[in-house]
Amino acid sequence: MADKKKKNLPPNAQDYQDSQDKREVKRPILKNCIKAFLVGGFICFIGQLISTFYIYYFDFTEQTAGNPTTATLIFITMLLTGFGVYDRIGQFAGAGSAVPVTGFGNAVISAAIEHRTEGFVLGVGGNMFKLAGSVILFGVFSAFVVALIKTIILTWGGL
Amino acid sequence: MIFFWAFVIGGFICVIGQIMFDVFKLSPGHTLSILVVSGAILDGLGLYEPLIDFAGAGATVPITSFGNSLVHGAMQEAEKHGIIGVITGMFEVTSSGISAAIIFGFIGALLFKPKG
Repeated sequence: MADKKKKNLPPNAQDYQDSQDKREVKRPILKNCIKAFLVGGFICFIGQLISTFYIYYFDFTEQTAGNPTTATLIFITMLLTGFGVYDRIGQFAGAGSAVPVTGFGNAVISAAIEHRTEGFVLGVGGNMFKLAGSVILFGVFSAFVVALIKTIILTWGGL
Repeated sequence: MIFFWAFVIGGFICVIGQIMFDVFKLSPGHTLSILVVSGAILDGLGLYEPLIDFAGAGATVPITSFGNSLVHGAMQEAEKHGIIGVITGMFEVTSSGISAAIIFGFIGALLFKPKG
């Protein structure tokens, strides 16, 4: 794709592209992966602490404890996002802080806080799911397709 | 022991996300969408539940579990009501994540002022 783009450019722009490719800073992939692993693992570790707490004191099972754990983690994310700590963690950890459910919470909460100045109905209400909307859309639609196929197989396939 | 596996599996899923960021140069929105879809497909194949039993929060905290619990809710209702249940039961299990995000998002907007 990059080559196709290059052919349409005038010669001096091609030279510029070449030198830009050479000078572009390579992303430290291994280092980023280790950071993401440590921070992401740590968030899941805290999640495990919380869900163990719910399993022992509120009669949840391993399968259902995910729900209150998610809510608790998003509550913690609200505080961290509000005080501006989550952005710092995100800069350090990359996907380590984006992939856990706290990243989803952060996307919703930061959008809500950011658009507060535009008013609560049009600003907060309208923009809350600006970033997180794609996750909900593709999650719901793919779940719909998967569940539909599975139901059809179970009902008419006789498995 | 489950604490150790929660750390390792959770970290491993985040590494997959980081590789999508860095190697395939996808935006966070694309990465998270792909992870959610793969969670839904894994649950459709019946592979996600064993992972939760094995790794606990390592499997329920990453965003992949969102897809998993959507399929789960849909399937639970589908067993009772057939095809209609796929739509009515979709948010049955996963409601806490979305409702918590909406509620705490609004409370956050009330409490905190934007910076900069």
